[in-house]
Amino acid sequence: SHAVLLLQVENVKLLDRYASRKAASGTLYLTATHLIYVDASAEVRKETWILHHHISSVQKLPLTTAGYPLLIHCKNFHVAHFVIGQERDCHDVFTSLLKLSQPVKPEELYAFSYNPKMSKESREMGWKLIDLKLDYQRMGIPNDCWEITDINKDYEVCSTYPPEIVVPRAATKAVVMGSSRFRSRGRIPVLSYLYKENNAALCRCSQPLAGFSARCLEDEQMLQAIREANPSCPFMYVVDTRPKLNAMANRAAGKGYENEDNYENIRFKFIGIENIHVMRSSLQKLLEVCEMKSPSMSDFLTGLENSGWLRHIKAVMDAGVFLAKAVREERASVLVHCSDGWDRTAQVCSLASLLLDPFYRTFKGFMVLIEKEWIAMGHKFSHRCGHLDGDPKEVSPVFTQFVECVWQLMQQFPCSFEFSERFLLEIHDHVYSCQFGNFLGTCHREREELRIFEKTHSLWPFLLQRKQELRNPLYRGFTAYKELQPNTLPFSFQFWCGMYNRFDKGMHPKQSVLEQLLSCLSHSVTLEDSAAQLEN
Amino acid sequence: MEFAELIKTPRADNVVLHRPFHPAVEGTLCLTGHHLIFSSRRRDNAEELWLLHSNIDSIEKRFVGSLGTIVIKCKDLRIIQLDIPGMEECLNIASSIEALSTLDSVTLMYPFFYRPMFEVLEDGWSSFLLEQEFEHLSSVTNEWRLSCVNKDFSVCPSYPPVVIVPKCIDDEALRKVALFRYGGRFPVLSYYHKKNGMAMLRSSQPLTGTNGRRCKEDEKLINATLRSGRRGFVIDTRPLNVAQQARAKGGGFEQEVHYPQWRRIHKYIERFNILQESFIKLVEACNDQSHNMDRWLSKLEASNWLTHIKELLTAACLAAQCIDREGASVLVHGSEGTDSTLQVTSLAQIILDPRCRTIRGFEALVVREWLQAGHPFQQRCAQSAYSNSKQKWEAPVFLLFLECVWQIHRQFPCSFEFNEHFLILLFEHAYASQFGTFLGNNESERAKLKLPQKTMSLWSWVNRPEELSRFENPIYEANSLVIWPSVAPQSLQLWEGIFLRWNRPSRFLEEAEEERINIIKYNKELQAKVNVLRRQLAEMETDGEVQGEE
Repeated sequence: SHAVLLLQVENVKLLDRYASRKAASGTLYLTATHLIYVDASAEVRKETWILHHHISSVQKLPLTTAGYPLLIHCKNFHVAHFVIGQERDCHDVFTSLLKLSQPVKPEELYAFSYNPKMSKESREMGWKLIDLKLDYQRMGIPNDCWEITDINKDYEVCSTYPPEIVVPRAATKAVVMGSSRFRSRGRIPVLSYLYKENNAALCRCSQPLAGFSARCLEDEQMLQAIREANPSCPFMYVVDTRPKLNAMANRAAGKGYENEDNYENIRFKFIGIENIHVMRSSLQKLLEVCEMKSPSMSDFLTGLENSGWLRHIKAVMDAGVFLAKAVREERASVLVHCSDGWDRTAQVCSLASLLLDPFYRTFKGFMVLIEKEWIAMGHKFSHRCGHLDGDPKEVSPVFTQFVECVWQLMQQFPCSFEFSERFLLEIHDHVYSCQFGNFLGTCHREREELRIFEKTHSLWPFLLQRKQELRNPLYRGFTAYKELQPNTLPFSFQFWCGMYNRFDKGMHPKQSVLEQLLSCLSHSVTLEDSAAQLEN
Repeated sequence: MEFAELIKTPRADNVVLHRPFHPAVEGTLCLTGHHLIFSSRRRDNAEELWLLHSNIDSIEKRFVGSLGTIVIKCKDLRIIQLDIPGMEECLNIASSIEALSTLDSVTLMYPFFYRPMFEVLEDGWSSFLLEQEFEHLSSVTNEWRLSCVNKDFSVCPSYPPVVIVPKCIDDEALRKVALFRYGGRFPVLSYYHKKNGMAMLRSSQPLTGTNGRRCKEDEKLINATLRSGRRGFVIDTRPLNVAQQARAKGGGFEQEVHYPQWRRIHKYIERFNILQESFIKLVEACNDQSHNMDRWLSKLEASNWLTHIKELLTAACLAAQCIDREGASVLVHGSEGTDSTLQVTSLAQIILDPRCRTIRGFEALVVREWLQAGHPFQQRCAQSAYSNSKQKWEAPVFLLFLECVWQIHRQFPCSFEFNEHFLILLFEHAYASQFGTFLGNNESERAKLKLPQKTMSLWSWVNRPEELSRFENPIYEANSLVIWPSVAPQSLQLWEGIFLRWNRPSRFLEEAEEERINIIKYNKELQAKVNVLRRQLAEMETDGEVQGEE
């Protein structure tokens, strides 16, 4: 409201995609950060806000009798169809939005100007809210077998890993450095999660530079150290989350996968999750289905099938289930990688952790999980979300798929998460909004260079403040469910209307059980107070 | 006939029962005239399974050596497997089950033998009389009357003895109209929209034939429901070409020349054999666990089940829209007027009438629009999705209705007094029951079978407070508005409670349900406690004041 107004256009219509009711007419404003549409015809002032960073595409459509249409697609799946009276105005809005929605320099991102009027101290406190060391402590690390090392403090091991990583105590500096030369981009095997009950560890890395025959003694020693850190199991799994064909193709480029003959007592397995390009085009197809105008049931289901989206979601879930089972039931440590170990590997490691440990199903735990497996370990949010004007081939809904897997789990285990669907949507929004520093850049080093810890705010304290509205009223507490063992038969996966058709309110249930229960709970709290007062 | 004649091996030991998501249990199998009873012998965890023979849809047997296996597929879609040692025992048991589950005489069915173990507080057979409904109607309008023209079922064999018709149409006219409508199903009142006085009528197709027969009384009857100068809508559940072809067989539709005040809309709803096929395909897809995602989605699509749901909801919305939004009266019919017609009229009432969303009101709707209106339950529900019989009259018409209610329930979870279990209960009892409610194809047959005298009504049982509490929706808040469901594919879901019920573990969903109930219950208890405390405080204060005055 205090923002500088860049552009104001009267006589703009916002079309409703589904209801063919009379289109609203109103005023469109552009500020430095938002597009704001104010519906003048509504009895109550109705505003539509779209963050420039959320805009993924702006299209001018052919002239209609109503005026000049402008179609805006957002990264949070909002689709806004405006019709502007004057061609000149339409063009101005179009060019302004193109510029505003594709910042070139990181400093132009919203996080660097966002000012919630907060003291320096509380801003800094906000960044300290999530402490990954505490999570390792929770797992009992450091212990006899695992240590937290700052060997990467100058990014000599790996430029995309954080300064502190968890590796087997038995792995000497020479082993770590040697292994890093044999792993793509130096992303050596590090610990992701230790299952305290049986010492089986979930570890992650990138593909080895094995080509057709290359070996690396240190890398072999590294795997041996991981395996021996879990003495109760004579073998360990090495899981390549790529389809076998993709992994084999990588061998020709001097990369590839582990040769079972070279590593002692490993069981090697492919899992077959597709790459970022397949996922991007799958989402594109899914969104086309979601946007169809009055599709028949058959159109919709066929489109859903052809998009392959749920097939990919199931593949990620199956992989997570496999890892969790290996750790819990076979008591085996698992080393996971894909190509670079920052997309599929992040998905399946975080999902397996979530299945194994109820802590990650709490507000705080879920934040830790995202900070640990995604942010710290160098998932390239900036590229995958297209924060800056860049290579469109780098954009891919990898994190969205993880969020959806969590949602699918919520459907099967409605009482096992402390938070509701709203929390997931909120996080998903902010991964793209660039309003907070957490998801900027591609890795820890880059975030330090951007000085996000000094210049921006962390998202997490803002979400924790809104715990009441984001919580799951059905949550049965931390101890009610330990491991989750989801059903992954195809019929257990549902289309997530609340995400992909989130802004088509007409499609959603008209009454919300969630809201009803939340208000009931808060009413109960008031009643408890009155009862206590009256009893006095 | 003695059931004992059909039971050569009444009991077998060391039988192993397999069910999905349960560990296999060993126990004893007993056959009685109406039940298959399995009881595990383990003392610590005695388990019993009682299965009505009439719930058995199909049975398969196979042998490995002398160990026989019987796979029983039930009408409620559950599948169980029994391993029976001894070839002869197994064969005997299989043939007994086959015979007992396909008894051809209604009077041999379990409801005629069932002795209730509960106290009947209210006889369900007389819980929902049309007379009561008419009384309710009379309090808002005097344009209608009860007619007993069909009291001996001679005018229309599939109608109840009493019906509600426009006041200005006498019984003589009704007799003439009955001759002009297929099966004698002359237009009767289905629903009266108090908000604007519009009516929904239902009937069967008019018998216009190829030479355009007309019937003045028919025209007069339905015109009597129109406000002067207003038009009405005929919703024909057949596509135009089918309606046209029907003329060759003596049927037909209302032609504009003779019904100038009526606009005809053809809103196609699939006929029963197509629906049955769709039902079978869907259940097959749900039970095949070897599918990958693509195959599952393509099977789901190919079953067309959700398409039928969408079409049916669309038709019901259309009827409701004509009445509520257009302020027009509506006549709904297809061919016979006993299937798609009833689906549309009953769903439109769910949308329009808040009373139908209460437990009592929903029961009344099922009685009025399905049982009394002559939906042939006995024929339609003779077999379920596992039947291999090629008989043409089975169809999940009622199940589709229930599922549509469930879909609306999902979209308006606070607007229904009952929960999903209530809908599932009705599905189960329509197919196999200890109660007589769903026996017979119409009121005439029920009267001949003397069902009210000889069998117990489902409503007598379910309406007792201890049963009813299981079917209440904890978050119900009466909503007097018309509720418009979305029919977008994204808004419709497979009804897991029916189709995946036996294919997935239910524990976590049941716990969620418990949690919902607890939250509401706790809130209500607190509210009551606070109310009591407030009253006590107020009493103390007035006492104090009185004392102070003294």
